[in-house]
Amino acid sequence: MSSLERDIEELEEAASSEYERQRVPAKALKGPSAFWGMYAGEHTAGTEFMIGPLFVKWGADAFSLIVGLLIGNLLAVLTWRYLTATIACEQRLTLYYKMEKIAGRGLVTLYNLANGLLFCFLAGSMITVSATAVGPFFPPGTIEMPTFQSTMPTGPAWIISCIVIGVAMTLVALKGYGVVAQVGHYAAPWMFLVFVACALVTLGRLGTADVWALLTPAEGTPKTISFLGIVFFSWFCNAAMHIGMADLSVLRFARKPSAGWASASGMFLGHYVAWICAALLLIYWVRQHGVDPQVGKDPGTMVNDAVGWAGLICVIIAGWTTANPTIYRAGLAFQGMIPGISRTGATLLAGGLCIAAGIFPAFAMNLLDFVGIYGTILAPIGGIIVVDHFLADAVGIPRDPAERSGSAFNMVVLVAWLVPVAVAMWLYKTQGVFASYLPLPCAIACGLLYIVLSKMAARDAIAVRA
Amino acid sequence: MKAAATSVGLLALAGTIVPPAVFMLQSISGGPGSTPALSLDVVKTVMFLSTIAWFVAAPFWMKVE
Repeated sequence: MSSLERDIEELEEAASSEYERQRVPAKALKGPSAFWGMYAGEHTAGTEFMIGPLFVKWGADAFSLIVGLLIGNLLAVLTWRYLTATIACEQRLTLYYKMEKIAGRGLVTLYNLANGLLFCFLAGSMITVSATAVGPFFPPGTIEMPTFQSTMPTGPAWIISCIVIGVAMTLVALKGYGVVAQVGHYAAPWMFLVFVACALVTLGRLGTADVWALLTPAEGTPKTISFLGIVFFSWFCNAAMHIGMADLSVLRFARKPSAGWASASGMFLGHYVAWICAALLLIYWVRQHGVDPQVGKDPGTMVNDAVGWAGLICVIIAGWTTANPTIYRAGLAFQGMIPGISRTGATLLAGGLCIAAGIFPAFAMNLLDFVGIYGTILAPIGGIIVVDHFLADAVGIPRDPAERSGSAFNMVVLVAWLVPVAVAMWLYKTQGVFASYLPLPCAIACGLLYIVLSKMAARDAIAVRA
Repeated sequence: MKAAATSVGLLALAGTIVPPAVFMLQSISGGPGSTPALSLDVVKTVMFLSTIAWFVAAPFWMKVE
């Protein structure tokens, strides 16, 4: 048996014993090294090729990018370490099982619907990015590439590219994602170096190593993102994972909460170095080819121009290895929601939605807003878990109320979740508040509302009994 | 086998990052408009070959937890 086959067998064995409805036993705990590699791989994705250039489009200055990203990513790491990893190591439960104990099974289904749909749009963005790497393999003009301003498909060739890539990703997701996860694991160090290589070639072509000067936008460039915007974006672009507690499912396997520091590998390699490298790619096209930063250039063309086929393979693999588990997870979410649907049916449904989202470049081109909305909708659930874990006894509300009462649908949680999200969406749509500012206040408001409503519900219950 | 794969893997990583670094240093030290001794086409070719070498070698020595 080859090492690869042994690895796959080990992965499948691990997947079949994931302790989804019990505390993770001591024998299944993992050391910190398991998490450093995982975070580095997961956060160096195809979408990083979009986010860096989008900062350029939004007129981010050098100080915001170099210092703002540093602070925001540090805050994200601290959130992972002191909130998510702490709760994960004390509870050792998946987010879904913990939620079921607090909110009831019915509400977990609703959360799954929101999660599954948002996963589909995210994977769709990754399909869009991967599809831009197809263009350079054909004669110029064969596939019209989308720009930052594209919202609709650019033509039949673009639609076919997205469908082919999306179908391939979905078919692999049907088989489980062990092999793709492995390819992602192997690709992680190489992928990071390709990002850096893109930046080195770009600096060479621009004839300077003064990154600060290059990142300074030209005079007259409209500035639509501030220093604080960059800090909040980098802090909350993974809000669903840290403050939203989705990573309880991963970090519950950690021996100690200090495993939360492992998120630093993803934040500082993927969300710091890789974003700045990707931003430099567009800066080169703006300076040397006169590309309008508001229109942008597709990642496939820029990467192929800088480092050739290695870069194109990187764009495809970076999109593939992150989109594939996302399609798989979305399939699981739909399977949990639709009674009687098979794993195959649910994954095909998720894959279809992802392909539809990928065909429309609107999602990928508005990624900075999309990840903020994603966090705003899902992070508040984390606020409730934080209250349940740290504050429930102190403020006199029951821990795991749905489990205690046998309730399948905790209305208190539903109201505490939806009211702040509705207010946040109103602020985003009508007042133009940057989406990344919303997850934190939303999560805090949700936690406070949960305390108030739980106390009111307890008082009403006592009154009824009396 | 593992030692050979490790060596190939490390060389592949070097082949991914060293040529772009040399290209950058030569371009910057040569001044504006200069042509670096290591052309971008060579950089791209070495990086592509290194990519193939990396994906052939990595499964033999990288541990998946």
